[in-house]
Order: sequence, then C-alpha cells, then structure tokens
Amino acid sequence: MTQPADPSLEQVPADAIAVPQPHCRPGDEPDFSRLNFPGVDSARRPAVDESPEHMRELAYGLIRVLDENGDAGGAWNPGLDGDTLRRALRAMVLTRLFDDRMFRAQRQGKTSFYMKCTGEEAIGCAQAMVLTTDDMFFPTYRVQGILISRGYPLVQMMNQIYSNASDPLQGRQLPILYSAREYGFFSLSGNVGTQYCQAVGWAMANAYKQNGHIAAAFIGDGSTATYDFHHALNFAAVYRAPVILNITNNQWAISSFQGIAGGEQTTFAARGIGYGLPALRVDGNDFLAVHAATDWAAQRARRGLGATVIEFYTYRAEGHSTSDDPSKYRPKDEAAHWPMGDPVARLKQHLLKLGESSEEQHQAMEVELTAQVRAASREAESVGTLGQSKPPVGEMFEQVFKSPDWRLQRQRKEVEG
Amino acid sequence: MATMTMIQALNSAMDVMMERDPTVLVFGEDAGYFGGVFRATDGLQRKYGASRCFDAPIAEGGIVATAIGMGANGLRPVVEIQFVDYIYPAYDQLVSEAARLRYRSGGEFWAPITVRSPYGGGIMGGQTHSQSPEAIFTHVPGLKTVIPSNPYDAKGLLISAIEDDDPVIFLEPKRIYNGPFDGHHDRPLQPWQKHPASEVPEGHYTVPLGVAAIRRPGKTVTVLAYGTMVHVALAAVEESGIDAEVIDLRSLVPLDLETIVTSVSKTGRCVIVHEAPQTSGFAGELMALIQQHCFYHLEAPIERVTGWDTPYPHAFEWDYFISPARVIAALRRAVEAV
Ligand SMILES: Cc1ncc(C[n+]2csc(CCOP(=O)(O)OP(=O)(O)O)c2C)c(N)n1
Repeated sequence: MTQPADPSLEQVPADAIAVPQPHCRPGDEPDFSRLNFPGVDSARRPAVDESPEHMRELAYGLIRVLDENGDAGGAWNPGLDGDTLRRALRAMVLTRLFDDRMFRAQRQGKTSFYMKCTGEEAIGCAQAMVLTTDDMFFPTYRVQGILISRGYPLVQMMNQIYSNASDPLQGRQLPILYSAREYGFFSLSGNVGTQYCQAVGWAMANAYKQNGHIAAAFIGDGSTATYDFHHALNFAAVYRAPVILNITNNQWAISSFQGIAGGEQTTFAARGIGYGLPALRVDGNDFLAVHAATDWAAQRARRGLGATVIEFYTYRAEGHSTSDDPSKYRPKDEAAHWPMGDPVARLKQHLLKLGESSEEQHQAMEVELTAQVRAASREAESVGTLGQSKPPVGEMFEQVFKSPDWRLQRQRKEVEG
Repeated sequence: MATMTMIQALNSAMDVMMERDPTVLVFGEDAGYFGGVFRATDGLQRKYGASRCFDAPIAEGGIVATAIGMGANGLRPVVEIQFVDYIYPAYDQLVSEAARLRYRSGGEFWAPITVRSPYGGGIMGGQTHSQSPEAIFTHVPGLKTVIPSNPYDAKGLLISAIEDDDPVIFLEPKRIYNGPFDGHHDRPLQPWQKHPASEVPEGHYTVPLGVAAIRRPGKTVTVLAYGTMVHVALAAVEESGIDAEVIDLRSLVPLDLETIVTSVSKTGRCVIVHEAPQTSGFAGELMALIQQHCFYHLEAPIERVTGWDTPYPHAFEWDYFISPARVIAALRRAVEAV
C-alpha cells in the first residue's frame, strides 16, 4: 500500500521542526551579548570529598581565575609560581607556532590534512601539567598541546603528519592522530567520541590494580551527542572510575553550532548531574582555571572518590580543519569578538602583571620557539613530506594481529614481489 | 576428567583462567551475581569477588569500550554479550576500535579482549535471539572469530581466546549448550553425557585457534561446518550412507586452509553448511578459497546449504533451521554430479 496523499504537507512552514540556529550567521555582526560571564569570585571551591549533589551550581556557573585585567583571584586560584607559569606560557606559544607551521605545510601540499587548536591551547597544556605520564589521556585531535608541553619530539609529530619513512605510526594513521604511550597519550581514533568510555575502562583497570593512576578523556561539544558519551558517564558513575571526563565546548562542531548537540537546552557540564557526577563549568581560555579544576578533579579521582565532568567553555578560533572554511557558516571575525579573550594573551598579560616576564623576554621566547619549530620541520622535511618518502610497504601488513596469519603473509609477499 | 555440558565447559574455562591469572575479569549484563542468563558465569562472582566478575549496564557499546580500555591497560577482560543479536550497538567499538588499536598505534596499544556471545537459532528466539553474524566479523581485519561445536573444544578454545593478545569474537552455539543436536526437531535432545567430547579436563588446556578438526574421515565428499551445523552435518552424512569427510572449522579467523585444501583435493567435492543467511555468508569465502586452491581437483560444483536470506522467523523456525534432509540433498547433488 502506498502512503495516502496528505494535503497538510503542502503548507509546511519553514520552522515546523524546531531546529536550533546560532545567533549570528555570515554577514551579521558578531554578538555575544546574550552570554553573561560571572566574575572570578562567583564560584565556590568545594572540598574534594564534598557530595556532588551539593555542588550542582558549579555546572551552570563558570569557574574563572584570571580577570579582565590579568589578575588572578577567587577561590579557585591555584597560586602557581613564576616558573610554572612561564613553562605553561612557553608550551602554549610553542603549540600555536607548531600549528601555524603545520597549517602552512598543508597549504604547501606537504601533507593531506591538519587541525589547529588555536584558542584552546590552555586546555591541553594545563591538563598535561597536572597529570603525570603514568596517567593516561584519551585525547581528541585538538589537544596536541599535551604532547608539546610534555616535550614529545616535534620532529616525530611532524614525521607522523608527513607519513614519511620515520613516521612512528608507519604511515597508517591520518596526520595528527598520534599515539605516544610513554607520554601518557592514548592512540587517537578518527571516530569521534568512541574513546570516551575506553578511558573509563582504562581507569577501572587502574582502580583494580590500585596503582593510584588516573585517566582523562576528551570530547568535543558536538561529540557529546554520541552514545559513547552517555556510556562513559554512566559507567564512570556506576563503577566510581578514577577518570576526568573533559568536554571541550568550543561552540562549533565543523559547521554545526553547539545547539545542534543540545547545548541550548542546558550546559554540557550539567549532563553530569543526571549521572550523579560532580560537574564543573570552566573558562577554557583561562590557564589557571583549567589547571585548578583539573587538579581538583585529579585529587578526587586519586582519592577513590570517582569521576568528574568538566566542561571547558571556549571558542574554536580557526577552521575545523584545513578542509574547512568557517566564513561560510559564521561571521568572519567572530573569533576576535569572543568575550573570554585569547588564552595565550591572557596568560602573558598575567605574567607581565606579576613581573614574572617582560615584553622583551616574551619576544625572545617567541623567536627561540619559532627557530625550534623551523629546525624541527627542516629535519622532518629532510626525511620527506607526504608522498615523497614512506615507511617500507611491508609495514602495512604488520600489527594487524600480534603475528600475521597466512593471509597477511601471502598478501605481503605479493606486494613486496 | 569430568563430564560437562558446553555451558559447564565454558564456565570451567573462565574459572581456570580467573584462578591462574589475576588480570582476567569477567563482566556483562546479568553476568555477575546471577551468573548469566545461560549460567555461563555461574559462581564466578562468589568465588572471585565482585571486582573480578560483575554485572554491567545494558549498554553493549559501553561494555566493549570499557573492556578495550581495560585490555589496553594490562587486563584480560572477558565480556558477555547476552545474545549476539545485541552486539550491533558494540559494532563500532569492535570494528573501529578493538580491531585496529594495535595497527593504528604502531604496536603501542592493543586490546586482548574476548567477547563471548550465544548465537544461532533453535531456541524459538525469533529474529532478535537467533542470528548468526559471524561473517560480519570475519570481514574485519584485526578480529578473530571462533566457534566451538562441543564442550571439550569450547573450553580449550575459550582458554586460547582469553590468552590471545588480539580481540576475539567467541560465538557460542546456544542450541547445543546443553547437548548435541542432530537436526531432527521431533527427537528429544541428547545430553552431552553420551558424547565423547563431553569428557573435559578440569584444569588448564588449550585447543589452538586456527586448527580445524576432522570429525569423520571420508573419501567421497568434504563437508565444512562449524557450531551446531557440525552435528546436523554428521547426522546427515550418517543417514545418507555417503562416505563424507566432515570438517569442523572451529575458528573462521584464523582459518585452517590447509586441512580444507587437503580434504577437498582428496574428495574433489565439497558441501558447506552454515546457519547464517546465504548472501555474503562465510560459505562464499570458503568457496572462493576452494576454487582458487583446489580447482583442478574439483569434480562437482561446490554446494552450500545455508539459512535463508530473510530475518530469522519465529513461527517458521524449523523451516529456517537447516535440516539433515537439506544437507543430504546437497550431498547427493555433489556426489552425483559428473
Ligand atoms: C563518529 C564520527 N562521526 C563523524 C565524524 C566526522 N567529524 C569529524 S570532527 C566532527 C565534529 C566534531 O565536533 P566537536 O566534537 O565539537 O569537536 P571540535 O572539532 O569542535 O573540537 C565530525 C562530525 C567523525 N570523525 N566521527
């Protein structure tokens, strides 16, 4: 039987299905006036063993430490010393320079693809400083700052991006999907969200071994819509896993604004509340706030108090990837209007204010780090860029299983001749 | 030695492994306190505590994802998917994650997980408790697929699977959990007791993955089967009076190509039997391999007897399930072809 004709379908209005829309589109004036950002004194810092049900307001507020003037304040101020702050800024600047260099390399045809984390550098860099390499990050493609702040060789990252003969992943992975066990960095999937619950499993194994280590998972605002996200929150709560469940809300999932993932209904942090997990909403452009929240969550996890959900509120300042043109779906200069500023500029301002750095020192650092990135890229390019150099083709047949079966042995022979 | 059903043998395999290796954990829906709806994990929580054997939320993707994380972190989780029909929500985790973790990480991480699940028809389970999706997993590089046909193998293969450093999909033919099945629905189920393969050592032993077993030697035609279909094939061969060689594949990946090629080269004829639907089923792969490796020995077209290309029906279960009569007809076609 065919469907009977339905005359009412002839007059469907454009808004019959409620599809959320962002507040600005190309051609509009960027406008964030609807957002209100509470001051640094607005968020209380509960004891780490306080019951999650008594801290629900933290999922709706915003934890901040650095104010508009670059001064640190409020209950969450971690009170980091000058050395730590300088190291942090250095890692963030290096991450940005690395991104710029690799972005250009892609434009020059040296690799197929690249993704920047511009505007989100504080998140990866701060977490990497709080957690140790015995803990395990289940990263996304936008927390390369973890590897960079931990001193993972830039050349090796570039070799992976170029899939050249020295690629530590033997040319098998898309650029930027790193794996670095020694650095506490789990192999990155290309399917978003899938690893969120794996992190919970890893953390459960830590609990089982009673080794005191924890795991930290990352997911984007868009990817919170995956079922993996909900599995992870549920399993983490049910089994009290020592894990930090980070959500990077950078407002955009490729061209879809965060409302398409449900972000207009409630905050992403608040999703933790339904699972009985403590949930913090944090200014992701504020290195000190990210550091403090991570430290708080890590302490909870290490003390056997279970998981914490953290939403980092930030803005994806650049395109989604080298394949993306954000001016097609949002005002061109929207990033410049983001009211929470730029994480690198804010931390720099703080250091200047404290007298822990100066303009000259900062510039000298930028010159030094630029040279470091350039040297690394020369070295990687001397091995070869995409297509100019490859690992031995036989590598393609390795590590499908621990040892190859007859099919792989035969197929390898066929390829190698 | 003890006499065991397949369920008891599987239980014994997990028991032995939990006893020997503190990294072995068992979990799944109802797998903890209650011991599983088919009782495969019975008593394990009592014996090893709730941290070693526990209930999981009804979230197959979450079960497999946490197992992957645990496996990558040095444990050997054995998870139960209550019925394999519910493995599809975990498909992405198995295919995109577990199967490729070693490869994509350049050997830095891997997932030594075992995913056990009852599969196949014969218990009036309708289209959501009867499927045979093995071919879907054999198509995925990085996964192993194992299917036992008797208690002795079930235990030995499961221990091999748990000890294996690669992810293994371990499919258990639930129709023969409690006794072998000869395909005749009007006859009472036989208990495993009278079957030689119900003699199962109590302790640790392995049946290696990738080695097929010749269940009945013969000269005229080769029958390839696995799981419940081994029993149906044996019954058919016996009734037909044809001197067929019956091979139980035991694992589809890795596959024992040599045993298959040796047998078909000898008999020149082959009948493949599986319960799963025909199109793109594992029989297709076997036929391709046989024509590639045994072409000049073949004296008849390769026959396949499979489930129908329909969802698994409830009221027509016996019309869906392969009868010895269908296998006998295929054997005759194979033998009588010139
Ligand atoms: C399972 C899956 N679906 C779709 C994609 C394609 N894809 C890659 S990134 C992306 C957007 C992710 O957005 P979000 O989670 O907000 O992270 P962000 O890129 O903004 O950091 C999509 C849809 C994918 N990689 N995996």
